[in-house]
Amino acid sequence: MAFLVERPGLEGIFQRLRGLGYELVGPTVREGAIVYDSIRGAADLPAGWTDVQEGGNYRLKRRDDDALFGYAVGPHSWKKFLHPPRRRLWQASREGGGFEIRPEPESGRRYAFVGVRACELKAIAIQDRVFLEGQYPDPSYRGLREGAFLIGLNCGQAGGTCFCVSMDAGPALKSGFDLGLTEVLAEGRHYFVVEVGSEAGAEVLGAVSHREASVEEVAAAQGVVAATAGQMGRAMDTAGIKELFYKNYEHGRWDEVADRCLACANCTMVCPTCFCTTVEDVTDLKGEHSERWQSWDSCFTLDFSYTHGAGPQRASTRSRYRQWLSHKLATWIDQFGSSGCVGCGRCITWCPVGIDLTEEVAALRKPSP
Amino acid sequence: MNALIPQPAELVEKRQEAEGIYTLRVRLAAEETRRAYRFLPGQFNMLYAFGAGDVPMSIVSDPEDGEVIGHTLRAVGPVTKALATLKEGEVLGLRGPFGSSWPLEEAKGRDVLIVTGGLGCAPTLGALHYLFRRREDYSAIKIVHGVKAPKDLILHRQFEEWRRAPNTEVHLTADQSGGRWKHKVGLVPHLLAEVAFDPAKTLVMMCGPEVMMRLAIKQLIYKGLAAERIYLSLERNMKCALGFCGHCQFGPQFICKDGPVLRYDRIHGIFNLKEV
Repeated sequence: MAFLVERPGLEGIFQRLRGLGYELVGPTVREGAIVYDSIRGAADLPAGWTDVQEGGNYRLKRRDDDALFGYAVGPHSWKKFLHPPRRRLWQASREGGGFEIRPEPESGRRYAFVGVRACELKAIAIQDRVFLEGQYPDPSYRGLREGAFLIGLNCGQAGGTCFCVSMDAGPALKSGFDLGLTEVLAEGRHYFVVEVGSEAGAEVLGAVSHREASVEEVAAAQGVVAATAGQMGRAMDTAGIKELFYKNYEHGRWDEVADRCLACANCTMVCPTCFCTTVEDVTDLKGEHSERWQSWDSCFTLDFSYTHGAGPQRASTRSRYRQWLSHKLATWIDQFGSSGCVGCGRCITWCPVGIDLTEEVAALRKPSP
Repeated sequence: MNALIPQPAELVEKRQEAEGIYTLRVRLAAEETRRAYRFLPGQFNMLYAFGAGDVPMSIVSDPEDGEVIGHTLRAVGPVTKALATLKEGEVLGLRGPFGSSWPLEEAKGRDVLIVTGGLGCAPTLGALHYLFRRREDYSAIKIVHGVKAPKDLILHRQFEEWRRAPNTEVHLTADQSGGRWKHKVGLVPHLLAEVAFDPAKTLVMMCGPEVMMRLAIKQLIYKGLAAERIYLSLERNMKCALGFCGHCQFGPQFICKDGPVLRYDRIHGIFNLKEV
């Protein structure tokens, strides 16, 4: 059953969540982009803004309406909250002849994510498999993940670099949300059709003014997401994609793309599923206290694959780009049972030279140049 | 237990094997951790030197050695150097054990051929100790070990002891001659061409520089050995050892959890490619 919350009623959901102790985070305009950060309520959402995205290009633009979610995804993803870019793992102090290690306590932070699109829910599910389903579940990720309240969003606007349809990741929400919103602006009205995905979601909705959505309102919401599915800026043929990569480790296209790739790591930073990290041990001047910090790392750096004796395994940009794309689209399937790509298009938009993985996959399907 | 947290362990014994090469025997400090600790030869630990960081280090001791766990390392980077300067009685950190192990069950009743190069012998040392301690379970043992220069050979006495053991062969080679070197001169794959083995009965455990292993495997397969009877231990950059950090990926494999010991037929497609 779908419910209806009028535009002003949305604030009630946000304030209810804050009242329950959640830290509200959602899209907001900052430094010329729509990023995910702390918000106080609906007033901080990017009302009336949209974005124009292309390979290596991102611009904000005014909409001719007051839509709150009328844009595609920006440079941030929710992984920055669940899998923080930098975090302390533990601290060690010299004690007697040895040392004592104190694990970092769990943050206990409970986030409410506002406007999680279907591709992003799928990205979270993919990171769940990485961090929770192996032999050593990550306690920090688990705590943050289990504590989070997810307000899903049926996408009302696809970007120029989107291809979630190809990756079977969107634009319609399937599962994994507490509340699922569809924003409708039609016939002079501005409202949200709301689906309930969990008991916690039902409880929050119960605290705000809502009613059952009419057949027409539900149809209007379905029309929004259907229209988005037709707006995909990109497409990728995923048929037999794992074998495509496994057969083409030596395809000439890798040389061609390496000539353009700057190995800057932007694609890995903006990717909502890239999970690689490094660690750094920081010690005070007296050598009495040491801390281990984990931070996001990228397979595009030379250090990433370095071993003493052999040096970097992947010394060339060609091999590093190949590693990234092969992992994302092929080896990921063997490792975790699904593609590592959700078709969000971030890596295309935020690549300084506009390298487009959909184009690279298409090129790999052609004979080697 | 949070597998990201190093557990304090006392350095019980430190022995210098050669220039810059040390064997560290350590004992976990906490009784509970010590009792719960079980490993199989071929697995590795992450060893932590206070303030410096941690590094993957294969285990060279026997699972039945009790509470003392041995590692042989070359002091080359900041962490291995810091570990090598520790004195007996001092404390380091240990996480583990991690990864896959040598096929010591599968090897029962078979001939075992151990092929190693340089300090690549460290991951196979645990297997060798294991085999010799349970000698009656295995048929012939043949060791083919190569070093760059005669001075790089460690464990001379150990090799000579093995050479004298029944039904055992030890073949040593150095890339270049020098000093009083009385063994072969040449590369491991060339030496393998001269070593007789029964391909139907033999199982291979191999470790060393990858270029050596590629050529050695070529030679073994040429002589009739099946790819699924060849196991190799690989080394990659590693930060977590838990499958999170992504550094140790080798195609679809995570060396920290699918490896370090991998069966050759499962990786042959990528093992012969460059920069995977």
